Amino acid sequence: MTVADTQPKDGLEKTGVWAALARSTVLRSLLLLVIAGVVLLVISTYVSAYHDLQIATGAYYFAALAGLTVLAGCSGQISLGNGALMAVGAYTVALLIGNEGWALIPALVASAVVTAAVGWPVGAAASRLRGPYLAGATLAFAVGLPALADKFPATFGGENGLIINPPVPPASLGFNFPLERWEAWIACGGALVVMFVLYNLMHSGFGRSMAAVRDDEIAASLCGLRVGRTQTVAFVISAACAGLGGGLLCVVLQLAQPGAFPLQLSLSLLTGVVLGGLGSLVGAIWGAALLVLLPNWTNDLANSFSLSTKVSANLPLAIYGLVLIAAILVWPSGIQGGVRALGRWLKNRWAR
Amino acid sequence: MLAVEELTTDYGPVRAVDHVSLEVPPGSVTAVLGANGAGKTSLLRTITGLVRPSAGRVTFDGEDITRLAVEEIVRRGIAHVPEGRGVITELTVAENLRLGGLWRGREAAPKEEIYELFPRLEERADHPASSLSGGERQMLSIGRALVARPRALLLDEPSLGLAPRLVAQIMSLVRRLADTLDLAVLLVEQNARSALSISQRGIVLNLGRVVADVSAAELAADERLRHAYLGF
Amino acid sequence: MTKFIDLTLNGISTGAIYAAVALALVLIWRATRIVNFAQGAMLMVTTFIAYAVINATGSYVLGFVVALASGFVLGAVIERVLIRPVEGGPPLNAVIITLGLYTLLVAAAGMIWGNTPKSFPAAFSIRGYEVGGTRLLFAPNDTFIVVVVIAVALGLALLFRATTLGLQLRAAAFKPEVARLLGVRVGRMFTLGWALAAVAGSLAGILVAPSIFVGPNNFDPILISGFVAAVIGGLDSPPGAVVGGLLLGLALSYVSGYEGSSLVPLAALVILVLVLMVRPTGLFSATKERRV
Repeated sequence: MTVADTQPKDGLEKTGVWAALARSTVLRSLLLLVIAGVVLLVISTYVSAYHDLQIATGAYYFAALAGLTVLAGCSGQISLGNGALMAVGAYTVALLIGNEGWALIPALVASAVVTAAVGWPVGAAASRLRGPYLAGATLAFAVGLPALADKFPATFGGENGLIINPPVPPASLGFNFPLERWEAWIACGGALVVMFVLYNLMHSGFGRSMAAVRDDEIAASLCGLRVGRTQTVAFVISAACAGLGGGLLCVVLQLAQPGAFPLQLSLSLLTGVVLGGLGSLVGAIWGAALLVLLPNWTNDLANSFSLSTKVSANLPLAIYGLVLIAAILVWPSGIQGGVRALGRWLKNRWAR
Repeated sequence: MLAVEELTTDYGPVRAVDHVSLEVPPGSVTAVLGANGAGKTSLLRTITGLVRPSAGRVTFDGEDITRLAVEEIVRRGIAHVPEGRGVITELTVAENLRLGGLWRGREAAPKEEIYELFPRLEERADHPASSLSGGERQMLSIGRALVARPRALLLDEPSLGLAPRLVAQIMSLVRRLADTLDLAVLLVEQNARSALSISQRGIVLNLGRVVADVSAAELAADERLRHAYLGF
Repeated sequence: MTKFIDLTLNGISTGAIYAAVALALVLIWRATRIVNFAQGAMLMVTTFIAYAVINATGSYVLGFVVALASGFVLGAVIERVLIRPVEGGPPLNAVIITLGLYTLLVAAAGMIWGNTPKSFPAAFSIRGYEVGGTRLLFAPNDTFIVVVVIAVALGLALLFRATTLGLQLRAAAFKPEVARLLGVRVGRMFTLGWALAAVAGSLAGILVAPSIFVGPNNFDPILISGFVAAVIGGLDSPPGAVVGGLLLGLALSYVSGYEGSSLVPLAALVILVLVLMVRPTGLFSATKERRV
């Protein structure tokens, strides 16, 4: 009789495949990736071009949202500048594909890398800031960075921005393969890569370091964690995700211009992250869906009441603001928090 | 008369105060003793309303003050000198004192009375309170409580971090105030010996529950209790 | 040489406006430890209200008074209804509520008054003073701006330092729990703090309106500049806010004059980052950085 024998077998001890999956995050995430990929493939094939475009839009929002939710939820840093970081990624792709003739995948990889490089000094500065100071500094970044496009109109195309040619589906997919579906596939591919990387990151030692730093900096540093370094790396990762999201945006919309990255975009990203559920990748999916669908719903709402242009133009924004306020007051843990609570409640009922 | 009935306070799943009942008569000092984490500070904070109880009542002179806001409880004449003195370091000594009596208006004690009790404070009147030593801060926070001419005085570990001679001075002052001003004093202390030396009654808390509620003399004489809960 | 003098004078005038916004942010930070990201939108709304009053009655003075009064009310209401629930909680909640409020106010202003920027009258002449044959870039209206902001700043300082109410406000800001134990009605003090801050903000709004045209999004840069100024001076120091505002006004004026106005937002960002790297608590702050 050993101690192990006296422990109750609590059903978590599975055998074979299940055990391997339970132990290995990489395997688990690969499996989820494959499943998600197949599901998206099937859906995108059977829906209309319009919906394919929505899927593509949701996918590039997801890339940026996932990075932000990890930053804000797992490492506790509030950034209001990820919209500007998306702009960096978008312009990178526009310049590389449009001016330098790069291929699609290398350009997208570059968009993540370049934005990560831009994010490094910002993240290093940000790591010394807390709470509102960080929010204010990233806000200033969000407002200040687009001004660069005006200052160097020759490179960045000024107000009109840069345009690229639409991505061409490879010949192997057939002659009449719809552009929108191809864009959806590209964007979803990027989103799945982001999800894979972040999922593994969150469940790794680094993920635990982030959580430790978020919860109690002093205790974490007394345990030997390098607080500043952890915060900076988290920021850089979220910058890379935002950059990739921006790059995908450029591929889908075939343009990069200052008007596509207003302050409101950074605020929308924060809204999506909060409403979806901070620190949750599934929450980022909810958030992406919200960011795609909310403007449509509010536009429909405005049209159905045949309101004046003044009102209907501002209605989506007003609803955003109201939803944001209401969410914090009433439902701080977001949709995913609500889903988890529901799950717990159901599990309790089932156990009885 | 300050009375507490079956008071219970929970911090989430942790029960800090467990069905505590006690009475603090005017003109006397009642000591609340016990080890760290016994619930003494939580008890005081619940009485003055900084923390909401899960059950039980607090009455002062017959009035049920359990659900009142902190400011309203204080305005009934209950003064609470918190753990760590609660001196507002950004204000001057004189401003701290004045603050204590604002709600009393014209009936507040003039600062000369407080300076008579604590001449050291008059010397430092216009200096920021941050420049005071631990003992001086204790005098300031007691003085500040007295400005409002309270009828009940709750003191949370006044001896913390002070030299023994200073502790003795402050304890005898507290006893004098209780006698001359007819105050109902509830004294939370870890320094059980000095607390019992000035108290009429001694209450021992352990894990939030009252394990002894006897006269101070009996408590000081009971070796078993003293060893078990008070460390001497 | 004239250019330098012009830029300096211009910097003082814009600096006064940044100082007013910074003052609003500092008062709110001191009272409730929240950065009010909706400050720019709040002062935009009160400026619009003043605009409506001036259009209806033709009186600038009435518009001015209404701007400040509506600011007082708006600040009080917002604190009581929206901010009270998140005071003392995680900072993220307060950040999001103020951002949500910002979005809502901008949208509401657009719905009520439309998105086309409108021109706003100045209190006094905007024709620069003539000194020895040259016309300066500094006009009677700029004198008005500087004088009014300094007067309001001094008035607030007097209120805080020399009155009983001010003592209560400060106590509630520094140590709210202790203040409660001394019978101070801390909730009311927070509301009053927000109301006074909003008055300072409204002042900035109505003073800057003639030069920027009034539109729902036109006041955003003012918020950023006000925030940078507040950080320069120290988020918990009202005199710091004033000094920070003036310094920033001068700095940005020089940048705009010598490098072009499109670089101003970027310059503000660079200044902010420099200050945060070198002296994060600001020039005048009494609090020390947290070090382990």
